[in-house]
Amino acid sequence: MHEMALCESLLQAMEEAAGANDFRRVRRVRLEIGRFAGVEVEALRFGFDVVTRGSLAEGAELVVLETPGEAWCFGCEATVPLDHRLDPCPRCGGERLVATGGTGMTIKDLEVE
Amino acid sequence: MVEIERGILAKNDAYAADNRALFARAGITAVNMLSSPGSGKTTLLVATLRALAGARPVAVIEGDQQTANDAERIRATGTPAVQINTGKGCHLDAHMVGHALERLPLPLGGLLFVENVGNLVCPAGFDLGEGRRVVLLSVTEGEDKPLKYPDVFATADLVLITKTDLAPHLDVDWAAMEAALDRVNPRAARLRVSARTGEGLDAWLAWLGEG
Repeated sequence: MHEMALCESLLQAMEEAAGANDFRRVRRVRLEIGRFAGVEVEALRFGFDVVTRGSLAEGAELVVLETPGEAWCFGCEATVPLDHRLDPCPRCGGERLVATGGTGMTIKDLEVE
Repeated sequence: MVEIERGILAKNDAYAADNRALFARAGITAVNMLSSPGSGKTTLLVATLRALAGARPVAVIEGDQQTANDAERIRATGTPAVQINTGKGCHLDAHMVGHALERLPLPLGGLLFVENVGNLVCPAGFDLGEGRRVVLLSVTEGEDKPLKYPDVFATADLVLITKTDLAPHLDVDWAAMEAALDRVNPRAARLRVSARTGEGLDAWLAWLGEG
């Protein structure tokens, strides 16, 4: 989806954290990105480099931790693990599923100085 | 090490919560309309506004990269409309919508339509504070569109299949289209409409609570 806007939002969050926690540089930022969050990690990295240029996070390492996908299966009436949004249910093979996990995008923590 | 543990889009979500609170206070049903460019969002809105014929207060926010053409088409129906030009941006966010609301007479107790930028990818992730999300799919786009762009279809409360008057000229495989939607979003309501002939408009108005 829209990696440039995500990076701008991320930079803003880091700047706010710098004000609140009194640090001047970010060395490493860890994100948790869900499998179904619609984020293209390569585009995110590119956007991060561009957006953080000249900022407190210039040159920071970007670590992306992927959170697994989960879905509610109408057939099983249960939550099941899912690798891709359009995969059938791994338990019953049914195709009526709604993603319930792995949709989020979270800033986990920052290594700062 | 500084723990953050907040959503990357927390800022957008906070603006969306503000918009949602405003809609609740003002009794406004806000509808976010998404689709690819050219699937008939503005044409359907114009037909909808004509059919509503001032029965309840309505206002429209139009999102496009450039031009105020769509807002002008809406205003020609007598409905207040604000155009947001996103410039290089590919979607509306909740902050832009909040500013647009300052420039509109609020449709107290009525309906607010937000026509998003025509794009089936980026707008999906941005909550605008809407109460309902409608995704349009025109019959000329191909039955497998929901499979190609599942993220946006998965977030829909209603999928409107538009331009049904063109169906006789096409080889629309309705079963394949329904199956694709079943696969991506088994919960969303579905309606078939034609702004040109008026087919399905009554059901659409009923879904909006205006039937």
